[in-house]
Amino acid sequence: MSKQASVKKHTEPLIHITKRTNISPLRAILIRAIAVLSSFIIMALLMFLLTKENPITLITSMFQGAFGTSLRTWVLFSDTAILLGIALALTPAFKMKFWNCGGEGQVMVGSLVAAMMMFFVGDSLPFPLLILLTLLLSTAVGGLWGVIPAFFKAKWNANETLFTLMMNYIAIQFVTYFLKLFGNAQGNLDPMLQFAIPKIFNGPYFLNILLILVICAIMYVYLRFSKQGYEISVVGESERTAKYFGINVSRVIIRTMVISGALCGLIGFLLVANGSCSVTTTIAGGRGFTAILVSWLGKFNPIYMILTAFLVVFLQRGTSFTGEIYRLDTSMADIFIGAVLLFIIGCEFFINYKINFRKRDKEGK
Amino acid sequence: MTLITFLVSAIKFGMVLLFGSTGETITEKSGHLNLGLPGIMCVGTACGCIAEAIFFDLVGGRRGMENLAFLAVLIPILATLIGGALMGLIFSFLTVTLHANQNVTGLAMTTLGVGISDFLIASVDGYKFTAGAKFFNTSLPFADDLGAFGKLFFSYGIMIYLSIAVAIATSLVLNRTKVGLHLRAVGENPATADAAGINVTKYRYVATCTGSAIAGLGGLMFVMDYLNGNWEYVIDAIGWLCVALVIFTTWKPVFGIFCSIVFGAFYVAAEYIPGISLASKEIFKMLPFLVTIIVLIMISVKNKKENQPPASLGQSYFREER
Repeated sequence: MSKQASVKKHTEPLIHITKRTNISPLRAILIRAIAVLSSFIIMALLMFLLTKENPITLITSMFQGAFGTSLRTWVLFSDTAILLGIALALTPAFKMKFWNCGGEGQVMVGSLVAAMMMFFVGDSLPFPLLILLTLLLSTAVGGLWGVIPAFFKAKWNANETLFTLMMNYIAIQFVTYFLKLFGNAQGNLDPMLQFAIPKIFNGPYFLNILLILVICAIMYVYLRFSKQGYEISVVGESERTAKYFGINVSRVIIRTMVISGALCGLIGFLLVANGSCSVTTTIAGGRGFTAILVSWLGKFNPIYMILTAFLVVFLQRGTSFTGEIYRLDTSMADIFIGAVLLFIIGCEFFINYKINFRKRDKEGK
Repeated sequence: MTLITFLVSAIKFGMVLLFGSTGETITEKSGHLNLGLPGIMCVGTACGCIAEAIFFDLVGGRRGMENLAFLAVLIPILATLIGGALMGLIFSFLTVTLHANQNVTGLAMTTLGVGISDFLIASVDGYKFTAGAKFFNTSLPFADDLGAFGKLFFSYGIMIYLSIAVAIATSLVLNRTKVGLHLRAVGENPATADAAGINVTKYRYVATCTGSAIAGLGGLMFVMDYLNGNWEYVIDAIGWLCVALVIFTTWKPVFGIFCSIVFGAFYVAAEYIPGISLASKEIFKMLPFLVTIIVLIMISVKNKKENQPPASLGQSYFREER
């Protein structure tokens, strides 16, 4: 009797999860929108509890913080561009399933080299030559920072996630070392504004935006239509398949990481030459990590990534502005972004998988 | 005597890292690369500090704490464990149940965790949890009588011995028990483990939550013992150091006791070398990371089976996708 009962109990589980093969884009967007919206509601509630302000006012002030003045709007788009730039740099590596968590360090060495160039040879070179040389060197060193982990991955399959993470800290220490040697008493390097790239319109913003939109377009074409981009996708899908195709996997890994690192170095150069004209350990400001999320949320598609980068920067600027007005701790921005990101990450499940509940009536068998 | 102070300081800092690396090792053994560790440690620590502050109010200040010294240590520890485990729960819900990408989830967790901890700490008066520090610092009474030997082995607060005990216990569980065997199986090849009747989901959840809870203690020890109750916004950096340390230990918690002291020594070495410039100190701080890279390269080149990361590290498991 007991045997029969136990057999009967194992019928069908209540919830059965299957992989979705195709989902209509509209529905996918809807799911993401719901996720973002629900995280907004939760955060608005939390802020409401803390400030006792009307949630609508809070949201309005977020928009004010992001778009309130024309300068704020410029900064918003320029910051978006920089974040997008780093995400674009990381994307080829991710498509290859090479987890480049070293964007932070690659940007930082780019910045360090740029600041060093200005500091040491700035006065002895004509300006155009200085900028050109700095650009080349920053990119080269960024590429070098990226290729070191790639080499060991290609040759001996060393874990790239951990390797690139460690490279970040080595970069930080190099920057600190440089600052301690040549910085002022507070350990800062005075901005060498005389070497800044000339401003277009009202600041450095336009050039950032323009340059990174161009990079974005190039990256889209490169990944989508070039032979190298194809090789990257094949290696990412399956290294074995790539080998059967006659693709030299090691070469693809190394080449892609040179590109990835070099682009990060370029952003590092922009942050210095077209920005602070100095270097700090926080010059990348965690964007090397945020960019990973931007790229992943954008499905490694440069066009979608514009949107995700914009969302993140909008949240950052909006929340910190609201936080300042209502005297909330600045950490609110981090919490908000973290929560929104986790919601979006979580909602991917509902896009990729389908939940089937057990049906009441047994269908024919 | 400088050597002794140096070693003591190295051991103290090393044991902070040991908590984190033991926790992360447990997590990684289940096949979870939890890059949220820095954030989790931050939250765990903040929870511990908050609990201590609340306890401070409840018992009526410093004097009340003196009478309940035991609780003044136990309560923050419990709160830290709970805080860490909760963060681990969020992480495992996303990565196990919702099959989210571990790297991405981890990084978002770090952002969230750092934010939450900063927020929590800003909302409490620092002196209230600082008052608890001396209970964490209390060392064995006979430590001073035994000279250098006593200083080297007995001059620490409770957390140091706890971290060693946890590392040894973890190692025993991992290598000598059925639970450990199952856990390692889940981390190596979840499909096979599943076929053998092991509940992959359960193991991954429990391992991640346990690991996160333990890692949080590292942050608590750092604030309450190493820094004498002063909050400093560097716990996330320590978290990354712990992630590095896991590689250095080649996923062996007991070996980790030694490794973490080496790591701690590298980190504090610059302070104890006479005549070193301020700038060169920074180069010294690079050592732990450089050494980790070298170890990472060495274990990949040698490719010895027992030194490898768990085979399915970083991959989520979906039963119907083989």
